[in-house]
Amino acid sequence: MKGKLLRFPPDGVASGSAVSGLTHVSPVAPAIAVRGLAKSYATKTGDAVQALAQMNFEVATGEFVSIVGPSGCGKTTVMRILAGLVDGYSGSVSIGGSIVHGPTPEIGVVFQDANLMPWRTVLANVMLPGEVLRLDKRLCRERALSLLSLVGLSGFEDKLPGELSGGMRQRAAIARALLHDPKILLMDEPFGALDAMTRDTMNVELARIAAEAGKTVFLITHSIAESVFLSDRVLVMSNRPGRIIETIAIDLRRPRSLDVVADPSFAATVLRIRRLLERDGGSASTVTLAH
Amino acid sequence: MTIQADLPASISAPRTRTLAARFAVRRPPPDWMATVLLVLGAIGLCQVLVSSGVVSRYVMPLPSSIPAALADLVNSGTLADNVLTTLGEAACGFAIAACLGLMLGALVAEFGIVERLLYPYLVALQTMPKIALAPVLLVWFGFGLGSKIAVAAVISLFPILVNTIAGLKSTDPGRLDVLRALGAGRWDCFRLVRLPNALPFVFSGLSTAVMFALTGAIVGEFVGATKGLGYLIVQANSQMDIPQVFAVVLILAALGTAAFAAMQFCRRKFLYWTPKEE
Repeated sequence: MKGKLLRFPPDGVASGSAVSGLTHVSPVAPAIAVRGLAKSYATKTGDAVQALAQMNFEVATGEFVSIVGPSGCGKTTVMRILAGLVDGYSGSVSIGGSIVHGPTPEIGVVFQDANLMPWRTVLANVMLPGEVLRLDKRLCRERALSLLSLVGLSGFEDKLPGELSGGMRQRAAIARALLHDPKILLMDEPFGALDAMTRDTMNVELARIAAEAGKTVFLITHSIAESVFLSDRVLVMSNRPGRIIETIAIDLRRPRSLDVVADPSFAATVLRIRRLLERDGGSASTVTLAH
Repeated sequence: MTIQADLPASISAPRTRTLAARFAVRRPPPDWMATVLLVLGAIGLCQVLVSSGVVSRYVMPLPSSIPAALADLVNSGTLADNVLTTLGEAACGFAIAACLGLMLGALVAEFGIVERLLYPYLVALQTMPKIALAPVLLVWFGFGLGSKIAVAAVISLFPILVNTIAGLKSTDPGRLDVLRALGAGRWDCFRLVRLPNALPFVFSGLSTAVMFALTGAIVGEFVGATKGLGYLIVQANSQMDIPQVFAVVLILAALGTAAFAAMQFCRRKFLYWTPKEE
């Protein structure tokens, strides 16, 4: 971000600001900025458990960033804080330059489970955010239909979730998260419950959808291979209390196919992240992308 | 020898099997046949016991006398009126219980303060046999339809209430998170997630309540009434007209079955997304 600021100095900062009273022309804010984030929980016995300690990271607009870390390291807590579903933390979290106080329509969330409403058809499920946000029904319908085709569910509009496979349900959940055109997509282990083959397919699809929809994506996963395959940057998280131990830029060329697994730099990066996690004493799965 | 001769013929031409050949294939009898046989056997046993004098006719009617009693009832011209009276009482009681049960259930499940205030009393009331209130309700609501509706409502309220609360509380937190992440308020969470989620529970409560409402109406009529099927039973019983008592009970059984079937029909209609049940 600093580089960007230097390259694109905002107009009028030097000359106009003091004189005109426009004290500050906001630079392009990162999509997500987390500073000094710490969170502790009280257990049933009353002890405080530190879940997150001093997390700092930024996600630039349009970037695909993953967090990998061992189970129980607080990844989900990070996501829930970003989504505005949890409070009582210290530090600051801002989305698009404004501090998070609660849920915001700038964000679309895909949870671990598809969490579709079983009584709604696939189309009605995808249109659900429109009902909550009181958006125009006709526009929502059009958008839902085009999103369903984006995620490859054309022809399944009138099916009930119970009639879909796990992978299809997760696709519907992604379409639903995109309905209100959020700038940021938060995903919490969206394919964790899928079998390895489906998961690989879904990862390829996700890379395509993220590119086509042009969203900033923040993905939480415990699969190192998945994070390397999908991301521009991978944030490696430590065991509890969670913090970022390393940020790794992935410079594999896009679009990526499953063949990148054979790329030596893919394997090297996966190995590097695994070593980082092992050194930390955590255990992350290293499920390789199947061919 | 004949078996051996027949076998190749039936294999070579299975489509042209005669009716006789089809019967020759030994299939286990269907389950419903056993059910029917059991009932017929029980009726036959009663018939023998009563007609032989082992069991007194004042204790058990001669099964063969029940159709005649039923015919008498139908020909008397008052049957429709009595049936409609009882059905009306049960339906009104059920409707009141359904509205109250759903509203109270929603309040208890949604608002912690209402739950803390009411729940202990609800539990206490639920464990109490509500039929015991019938005489008091007769005093409160009079000799007419009111007291019967009240009894029906009081005893059918609890299955609806308890199931509604259980259903609303069983909402999957993940589904609520989907709405909360969009900034949805309490009302949106209720109407878009909690209520539809609770419907299967609500329906099993309603199915139980339908039966309870019919029971309530009959008990209300037992305590004091001038018409209705419960009244007919009390009348016939006091005249030692046991066949007529049984005839009315048969009609009640038919009504109960029809009400239950109607509930199941509604269930399938409203709960199209749930697996079939019962």
